[in-house]
Parts: sequence; C-alpha cells; structure tokens
Amino acid sequence: MNETNLDRRDFLAKSSVGLAGLAIAPGMLLYDLAHGRPLGEAASNKVRWGMLIDNNKCESGCTDCVTACNTENGLSGGTKPTDSQWIRKVQLKDNFTGRISSLPMMCQHCEHPPCVDVCPTQASFKRADGIVLVDKHTCIGCRYCVMACPYQARSFVHEVLTDQKPEVPRGKGTVESCTLCVHRIDKGETTACAEACAKAGHNAILFGDLNDPESAIAKRIRAVTSTQIRADLGLNTGVRYEGI
Amino acid sequence: MIMARRLTAFLFSMFFAAAVHAADNSPVPHLDIGKGGQCVEPDHTLMRKTHMNLLKHQRDETMRKGIRGQKYSLAECVECHAGQKTNSVLGSNEAFCQGCHAYAAVKLDCFECHANKRKVTAEASK
Repeated sequence: MNETNLDRRDFLAKSSVGLAGLAIAPGMLLYDLAHGRPLGEAASNKVRWGMLIDNNKCESGCTDCVTACNTENGLSGGTKPTDSQWIRKVQLKDNFTGRISSLPMMCQHCEHPPCVDVCPTQASFKRADGIVLVDKHTCIGCRYCVMACPYQARSFVHEVLTDQKPEVPRGKGTVESCTLCVHRIDKGETTACAEACAKAGHNAILFGDLNDPESAIAKRIRAVTSTQIRADLGLNTGVRYEGI
Repeated sequence: MIMARRLTAFLFSMFFAAAVHAADNSPVPHLDIGKGGQCVEPDHTLMRKTHMNLLKHQRDETMRKGIRGQKYSLAECVECHAGQKTNSVLGSNEAFCQGCHAYAAVKLDCFECHANKRKVTAEASK
C-alpha cells in the first residue's frame, strides 16, 4: 500500500513537472506567433498587427516613409490622381494655436473595414491577423472600396505595369493599398515605413502586435493617449496616432 | 525498267524528305527551360496538365491565410524556368511560359501582375 502511494506521489510529482513544461510551451508558442510565425503556418487571430504614429516625432518635410514604401512596393512615386499612393504625408494646421505638424496617412487596417463590407466579389478582405488586403485575383476594379474608405487609402491602377517586385504583384484594373508590408511581416520583419523612420532617427512609427500585452506598441498605447482618426465611425483602426 | 526503278527510288526519296521536313517544321514548342533540373513534381505530364490548379490552390492559401514557403509557388517557377539569356519566362516563343501557352493558345495573365523575371540573374547566382 505504502509503495503504491509512493509510486503515485512520484507519478504526480513527475506529471506536474510535465504540466509545467506544457504550460511554458504554449506561452512560448504564442510569443513565436507574435514575432514572425514559422513558414507554412496560417496567420492567426491571436495577433493583431498595428502601428502607433507619434505626431510629435514626425518631422515636417521628411518623406522617408513615403520613399521607403515606394521603393519596397515598386510604386512610381508619382502624385497625380491616377498614380498609386499607398502612404501620404498630410500636413495639419491648428488655426487657433498656429501649430503646423505632419503625419503619414495610409490604410488604417480597421477591425471593421468599410472596404470589405462593400466589396461585391470579396476581393477586399481582412486577414486573421488584422491586415486588410485586396485579393487582386478576384478584384474586378469596380472601385466601391475606394469610395467607401474614409481615409482615401485606396488607389486604382490605371495603366499597364511592368517590372513589378516579385513579392508585391500589382496590375492594371485592380485596386490596391498599403499591405502593412505583409510580405515582410510574414518573414518576421517590420514595415518599410517604420524601418525608414527609425533609420532617419525620428522613430515616429512604432509597429507591433496590439494583442500582445508585452509588445512595445501595446505598452505604449496603455501608457499614453493615442487617437484613432475618425474614431466616431467605430472602425477600430489598427493604425493609431499620438499627439494629434 | 531502269527508268521505273529510278522513278520509284526518286519517289521514295521525295517521300522521306517530305516526312523529315514535316518533322522539322512540326509546331511542337522548342523551349528554353532555364535552369531546369528537378521539378516540384517529377512527373512532367502531371505538371503540364495540372500546374494551373496547383498554383491556383496555393495562391489562395498564401493570399487569404498567409501560408508561405509552400511547394507550388509562381515565384519558384520563374526562379527555375526563366530563360538563361533573357532571365524571363516571357518575351519569345522559346520562353518557358509564353512558348507553351502560345502553342496551346491559352491566355496567360499571371504576369500582368506577377514578376516574370528572376530576382538575380542566372550568371550572378552561379
């Protein structure tokens, strides 16, 4: 009887060690998911990618984020109405105080994206990890989403394109917008604009997982006031701004 | 008799010449298969018949779910099969994709959006 009990105790002790190991393992798995998941694994809704843009740190006149976006995604960099612009620098002026500031404006990667609601072919969709994308295989170029987006983030490709980037297919007759550099995120990297901003020494763009309480962006939005543009629409944007 | 033999020989030679000529001018595409080597599916007939289905299935997985680095990738097709000189799967009827699609009279619209050139030149990767 005693021996049996000892065995049982031994078994319980060992199994509790095993359980502790398991408890750590899923935690580590979650951490891995949040910082570049393994190739071949689907995007998970445990992650929500987002950006926090600090208007106070964003330098007026600096367009490094725009240039980096154009280079990364193979955009022409033109600003005509028929040119694709995935990110723009917007200048703000407070008429009362006279303060002039600027901020980058792009797809806000809404939780409830109007562009997805209006798409007749479901080409405009939100990926599990919160990135709003256009599936150009099914896009018919109707441009409803261009109309629906409150941020004017979407562009239509009017002309035949050549020499696209292998990671960023783009073509005539489809709508496109900021992909949050999805091809880089899937490799565990940050966005091109955030990288360029940090390189320029401004560090105005903070990219990360809003769902991970330990991520820099989650800590920051917990600590300081940040704003969603057109928060009244209740879209719960993934891109937030600080200091506007 | 001699004339008849000569005529027969002549006619035979004409027939064979015509047959050989036909073989040379047959419309089978002569493709530059690029680097070539081991394909993702060793069965060439299977690839010829089903590559579009394999690509279409995986494109949805990648686009919608973010599953990358899988076996059937258009970028990998280009990587192996872009012409050694042209570095592209398009451009002439010897190019791997265009050549066969022109032969089969099937519209090829992948490369209206996707890159048709390999990232690094064949020389640079050697």
